[in-house]
This record gives sequence, structure tokens and C-alpha cells, in this order.
Amino acid sequence: MTGPFDFTLRLGDDALIAAQRLGEWTSSAPEMEEDIALANIALDQLGAARLLLTYAGELEGAGRDEDALAFRREDREFRNCLLVELPNGDFAVTMAKLFFLSAYQLPLYTALAGCADERLAAIGAKARKESAYHLDHSSLWVKRLGDGTEESHRRMQDAVDQVWPYVHELFTPDPAAPVDAATLRAEFDATVDAVLTEATLTRPETSWAPAGGRDGLHTEHLSYLLAEMQVLHRAHPGANW
Amino acid sequence: MSEPSPLWEVFVRARRGLSHTHVGSLHAPDAELALRNARDLYTRRQEGVSIWVVPASAITASSPDEKDAFFDPAADKVYRHPTFYQVPDGVAHL
Repeated sequence: MTGPFDFTLRLGDDALIAAQRLGEWTSSAPEMEEDIALANIALDQLGAARLLLTYAGELEGAGRDEDALAFRREDREFRNCLLVELPNGDFAVTMAKLFFLSAYQLPLYTALAGCADERLAAIGAKARKESAYHLDHSSLWVKRLGDGTEESHRRMQDAVDQVWPYVHELFTPDPAAPVDAATLRAEFDATVDAVLTEATLTRPETSWAPAGGRDGLHTEHLSYLLAEMQVLHRAHPGANW
Repeated sequence: MSEPSPLWEVFVRARRGLSHTHVGSLHAPDAELALRNARDLYTRRQEGVSIWVVPASAITASSPDEKDAFFDPAADKVYRHPTFYQVPDGVAHL
């Protein structure tokens, strides 16, 4: 199942769940400036999610809009990668997740901007600029923490080790999709290697590569996230706001 | 974070502005992040603006107590004021 609907839904779900996790930081970031930056990035992700889910709904042709797709699906119907649903952890874990996600989203949206589907190309062109900012922000923090104090270095390396296995799922080959994610791996590796080296961090060498998000087989974290995100819509289905 | 990052003062030149204007301050661990934060907080990532960030500790301000000595020293010395010229009629934009 690699039709345009599945592909668009996947990207939309990635952005939606990432936005939800980043939103959890609001008012809890280490500094007010970082609070604003994280909320900013969360809003960018939510903006991309809305465009992608709306388009996915149109492609499906079953009358589901962005809200129906976001609030009326069970965890088994979500197609986001496992990376974005992982808990926020400490600040280093959040930055590791954001860094890997944006190092993947930037070449993805860039490639999408040149694809044949006009709607997807327009979304890619818009989201690409935002992703560049997300990558810049998270790279800076990975370097600050990695090359900071002994404690921040330890936490950043722990975070990278913890999150790294989940990046492999992002590059599952899909030749039928408008952009085959497998072709983005080289650029991703180059970006990640450069930043990790500068941050005095090591890239983990593990063969463990958990996957399943694209098939609706998620970690136990997603259903809790959805329960919170969807509670109001499920209590008052069909209400307008 | 156990202690807050250092304070930075932010100066922004707007897209059509002629000079950098002090717009506020922020906390950031270093200059690079201070620039990023300033962009988020004060310019909304607009293109065509220029931002300066300066560590607040690098700024020396005049003291309000010395105001008289600094800014009001010459009111009684009229010869210091350039008011004794006759401007010729032909000089329009002096």
C-alpha cells in the first residue's frame, strides 16, 4: 500500500505527533527563549500536519477532513514513525529526536518540492524552509550540550544512543512513493555525522532497528498520547469549534 | 538549568530602517543562540533585517546620577552654542 494517500498520511502523522510532543514542553522549557522556540517549531509541524492531512483526506475521497483524520483514528490506524511518538525525556532526548527528525524532513520536503504532484510540491516548498530552521535549532543544541559540560555531554550521548535505533525506520524503501525515503539516507547520514563530530559525540553502532509505525504497529506510548489529544473530540463527536 | 544563561541586548535594523535600534534583551548561552532567539523573539524570521546581539556585560552606561555633569553642562555658557550666525537667505537646508 504505497498510494499517494498512504504516503501523504505518513508525513502528516509524523508532523502531527511531533507537534503534540513539542507542545508538551510549553511553559516547561529550560528558559523562556527556548519555550518560544519549541512552541514555534511545534506550530510549524502542526501547520504542515494540517496541510498534509487535509490533502490526504481529499486523496482518500471518503469525506474525512483533517480533524476526522487526527481525532477519529485509533492508534493502529496511525502511520507515523516510532521516533516522533517516543516520550520527550529530558531536554537532550527532545533535541536528539528533533535533530534526527528535521535532518530527515529537510531533504524529504526539499525532494517533495520538485515532485510531480502539485499539491505535495507546494507543501514541500513551504515546509522545507521551516525544516531548515528546525534543523539549525536542534543542531545548535546538540553541539551545545555535546560539547558543553561533562554532565551535558553524558546526557546528550545517552539521548543519541537511546533514539538512534528509531531513525532506520524513516528510510524504509518505497519506490512507488512520490519521494522514496531510502534515497535520502546518504544526505541524512552526512548531516548527522558532521553535527555529531562537532559535538564530540559518537554515532552508535547498533543493529537494532525497531519499526512498525508505518504499518500501525506502535510503541505503547502512542495510545496514551492519542487518549489525551483526542479526549474532547471523542466526548463530543461532530461538534464544531 | 541551574543558573540562567547570560543576558544579551538586541539591536535590530528593520527592512527599511536606517540604523539599528535597541529592541530588548534576552537570555542565551552564547552569541549564536542569542541571534537565533532574537530572530524568534523580535523579528519573526523576517528577511532583510539585520540583528546585533551584545552581551549586556559589555555595555557601559552613563549614570543617571551624573546626568547634570554629562548632559547639561553648558547652558550658562552661551558662547558654546552656535547661535551667533546670520544665515544667508540663499541657504535653504542648513
